[in-house]
Amino acid sequence: MSTTVTATSEAPVFYEVDEHPHPEGHSTALGFWIYLMSDCLIFAILFATFGVLGGNYAAGPGPRDLFDLNLVALNTTMLLLSSITYGFAMLAMDKERVKATQVWLVITALFGLAFLSIELYEFHHMIAEGAGPQRSAFLSAFFTLVGTHGLHVTFGIIWLVTLLVQVQKRGLVTANKRRLMCLSMFWHFLDVVWIGVFTFVYLLGMLR
Amino acid sequence: MSANAHNDAHGHDVHHELGVAHGSMSGYMTGFILSVILTAVPFWLVMSGKIGNPTWTAAIVMAFAVVQIVVHMIYFLHMNFKSEGGWNMLALVFTLIVVGIALAGSFWVMYHLNTNMMPSHDMRQML
Repeated sequence: MSTTVTATSEAPVFYEVDEHPHPEGHSTALGFWIYLMSDCLIFAILFATFGVLGGNYAAGPGPRDLFDLNLVALNTTMLLLSSITYGFAMLAMDKERVKATQVWLVITALFGLAFLSIELYEFHHMIAEGAGPQRSAFLSAFFTLVGTHGLHVTFGIIWLVTLLVQVQKRGLVTANKRRLMCLSMFWHFLDVVWIGVFTFVYLLGMLR
Repeated sequence: MSANAHNDAHGHDVHHELGVAHGSMSGYMTGFILSVILTAVPFWLVMSGKIGNPTWTAAIVMAFAVVQIVVHMIYFLHMNFKSEGGWNMLALVFTLIVVGIALAGSFWVMYHLNTNMMPSHDMRQML
C-alpha cells in the first residue's frame, strides 16, 4: 500500500501494483449468480423451443385435453410455500439459531418433495394416457422444459439434504452459511423459472 | 475444531464478506403476499374465463408474470443496484438482453418459416 500512497502524491496512478486481499468465499455470491444467469439461458432456449413447437400437436392431444389447472395451482402453491420457508431458514441462520434453521430447511425439502410428487403424478398420468414425449413436438418440448425444471428441483433437494448433514456436523460456520446462501439463490431462482412455466406453458396453453 | 472456532469468531462478518444483501421478515412476507396475489389472479382469470377475449387474457396473464418475476427478484433474491458493487445487476441485464434476443429471434424466424411453408404442411389444418 505504501508504494501506492507515495505514487498518488506525486503522479496519477493508472494501475495498482499491490494485490488486494482475497478472503475465502468473497466472490462466491457473484460467481454463483453468474452460474444462475447461464442456467437462465438454458431455460430461455427451452422456452423458445416450446414457444416454436408448442402448437404442433401432430393430430394428438393439446393442452386443453391434458392439463389440469387445479393440479398446477396446487403445485405452484407448494413451490411458493417452499420459497418462503427457505426465506425463514435464512432469517433463522442470520440469528445463529441452528435448530430453527434445520427445521425450516426440512419443511422446505418437504414442500419441494410435494412439488416433485405432484409433477411426477402429472407426468405419469399423461404418459399412461399415451401423451408421452414421443407423441408430438408439443409434448417433446413440454416434457423437456418442465422435466428440466423438475430435475433442477431434484438436485436442489439433494443439495439441501447435504447441507442439512453439514449443518448438523459443523454447525452454522462461515462456509456453511455461504453454502446455504448459494442454495437460497438457487431455490428462489427455480421459483422464478416456475413463474415462466406456469404462465407460458399452462395458462397460455389453456388459452391457445 | 480450531478451524471451526476461527470461523465462528468471524461469523458476524459473513454478510459483509459475502457482499450480499439479506432479507428481513417484513421483506419476505411482503414478497410472499404479493406473489400469492400475482399467482392467484392469473389462475382465476384463465380458469373462470372472466375476460371473454383470449388475447386480452393472455396479455394480462403475461403482464402479471413479469411483475411477479420482478417481485421475486427484489424480495427473495435481494437484487438491487448496490449488491456486489453493481456486478449482479450488470450480469442480470446482460442475461436479459441475450434472453430477449434468443426468444424474439427464435419466434420471429420460426414464425416466418411456418407461414412460408406449403399449406398442406400446416398440421393444425388437419385437425
